[in-house]
Amino acid sequence: MLLVILEHENGQLVEAAREALTFGRVLAKKMGEDLEAAIIGSDDDDLVEAAGQYGAETVHTVTHDLLTDYGPDAFGSVIAQMVESLDPDAVLSCGSDRANEFMANAAARLDAPFVANCTDVNPGDTWAMTRIQWGGSLLEDATLTADVPLLTCGLHAVAAEIGDEEDAVAEEFDVDLDESFTITMVKDRVVQEAGVTLPTAAVVVGGGRGVGSEDGFGQLEELANLLGGRVGCSRAVTNLGWRPHADQVGQTGTRIAPEIYIASGISGAIQHWVGAMASKHILAINTDKEANMVTKADWAVIGDLHEVIPAIIAEVQSRKG
Amino acid sequence: MKILCCVKRVPAPGAKINVTADGQDVDAAHLGFTMSPHEECAVEGAVQLIEEHGGEVTVLTLGTGDAEEQLRYAVSVGATHGVLVEADTIQWDPQRTAQAITAAVQELEGDEPFDLIMFGNESADAGGFQVGIRIAMALGRPIVQGIKGVEIGDDTIIARREIDGGFEVYELPSPAVLGIKEGLNLPRYPTMKGRLASKKVELNSITASAAEGGQVRVKLHRPEETVSETVILGMGAEAAAAVVDVLDELGVL
Ligand SMILES: Cc1cc2nc3c(=O)[nH]c(=O)nc-3n(C[C@H](O)[C@H](O)[C@H](O)COP(=O)(O)OP(=O)(O)OC[C@H]3O[C@@H](n4cnc5c(N)ncnc54)[C@H](O)[C@@H]3O)c2cc1C
Ligand SMILES: Nc1ncnc2c1ncn2[C@@H]1O[C@H](COP(=O)(O)O)[C@@H](O)[C@H]1O
Repeated sequence: MLLVILEHENGQLVEAAREALTFGRVLAKKMGEDLEAAIIGSDDDDLVEAAGQYGAETVHTVTHDLLTDYGPDAFGSVIAQMVESLDPDAVLSCGSDRANEFMANAAARLDAPFVANCTDVNPGDTWAMTRIQWGGSLLEDATLTADVPLLTCGLHAVAAEIGDEEDAVAEEFDVDLDESFTITMVKDRVVQEAGVTLPTAAVVVGGGRGVGSEDGFGQLEELANLLGGRVGCSRAVTNLGWRPHADQVGQTGTRIAPEIYIASGISGAIQHWVGAMASKHILAINTDKEANMVTKADWAVIGDLHEVIPAIIAEVQSRKG
Repeated sequence: MKILCCVKRVPAPGAKINVTADGQDVDAAHLGFTMSPHEECAVEGAVQLIEEHGGEVTVLTLGTGDAEEQLRYAVSVGATHGVLVEADTIQWDPQRTAQAITAAVQELEGDEPFDLIMFGNESADAGGFQVGIRIAMALGRPIVQGIKGVEIGDDTIIARREIDGGFEVYELPSPAVLGIKEGLNLPRYPTMKGRLASKKVELNSITASAAEGGQVRVKLHRPEETVSETVILGMGAEAAAAVVDVLDELGVL
């Protein structure tokens, strides 16, 4: 049996969890095993039903007084207990920061290997997998010897697709948790901004070192506002203190997936590119027509962004009337 | 306070990452070296904490002798001590890396634990998302990952983790362990005084030994590249109309 641990939020499976089930369906078939799922901290029927739609035959639900909020130790311990009593042949979760955290926590408890962010997995006596390195700039082929392989699949390694299994059977799973796990539980949660955030924006207007100054971002803000989008930036810009790190796109920043990414004054270093490559379309504005961002873009304007962007703003305003 | 930061030496590639002919490593022949931006922020965060509360920052790396460069860099921006855990290569699997660093930490600590140990959320190259977690758990200390804010409370460490549109707050008893993300702070540049200190500092060296884990590298390769026929919409301001046509077509106007 392949066990897929599902991340959920506000009573819904997160997109990455749907991806993990889609990835898991293929893997379970290769293994010649059943696909089962686990939901930690909820036994909501809608979640069980959603897991069924994506191919899970049995869904193990876990509720407990100490599982009302997230904590890596509590989640890690639940998974370790499931490995011991459900005896899965492998355990899979998604490549979100949270899932990578609780899977590593479970692996440490079981003293077992854990392979993060796989894009392809092949079972066998020795397992073989391809996994993400350098945030997606490189791939690594690796082998794994483990009693029970613990894996996550990289974000967007597959697109979520509904399967043909209809009704999943829900089964309650009893866990044994002690108070010490509350040490690493969320104590408080603060919401800073509602509405369009960088990972969800349909338009991102990105600026790099070529913007030249903190004030130079005013024009980018104006264009982003006109288009209902958000401003993003490169690491060169955050390092210069022109923008907060929350705006940074890339390997150590945010991964964006807008309808269009307008990348201005950004050279397109590989660590920036991996954060932008899920964009559906890219338009580069750069003085250098050889810049990596330009050669990888769908469209480009060659020129000084401080002339091009105000002209785009004027044109948008005149068409909007 | 006594703080430990664990950093990993990695090459700093530009537009592309090239792999050596045997597929075992990044071709770093023409590249400089650095550490993950997450780890740079961990070092800066540690230095800021001792500037405010007093104490010492030790920086540790597991790797070959070359990794001294990153230890000395950390000293040039304010770390107090550097420890090289010597291994034949830096590419040990995550279990082996964690085991060797755990042993080194225990040797350094004796019976006086570090109040705080800081890791990067993930290493820049391998991105295993686990070495810090394994070490914290082997030491029996709490760890949370993805941290972009650290404050010292009464015998506790208050840590903030970024989530989409806000943050979660954790409060851990000391001694504790954190996986840090870039954005915690803006790392400073080395000062002249720092550079001198980094040249003079005596680095401590520990020989690493640990059993291999279950994950073995076969080879590294580049993902298939998206080849794009870039359409040049024009030069300078005159391209604005063509740009807005594109926006209109995509339905984002
Ligand atoms: C481990 C690691 C992780 C990293 N993570 C990230 C990350 O998450 N995100 C990230 O962005 N980077 C990251 N980097 C840094 C990355 O390697 C680059 O240094 C950075 O992306 C460069 O930023 P830039 O394109 O703004 O600057 P530059 O490379 O300096 O490019 C500036 C561009 O602006 C153009 N330009 C200049 N003036 C104008 C003008 N007036 N009009 C139009 N164009 C102009 C130039 O032609 C050039 O193409 C990471 C690096 C490492 C080693
Ligand atoms: N060779 C190493 N030397 C020192 N610290 C390391 C090493 N490898 C990993 N780490 C630390 O563990 C964190 C997580 O690494 P990883 O599990 O590879 O993503 C890194 O950000 C470093 O802080």
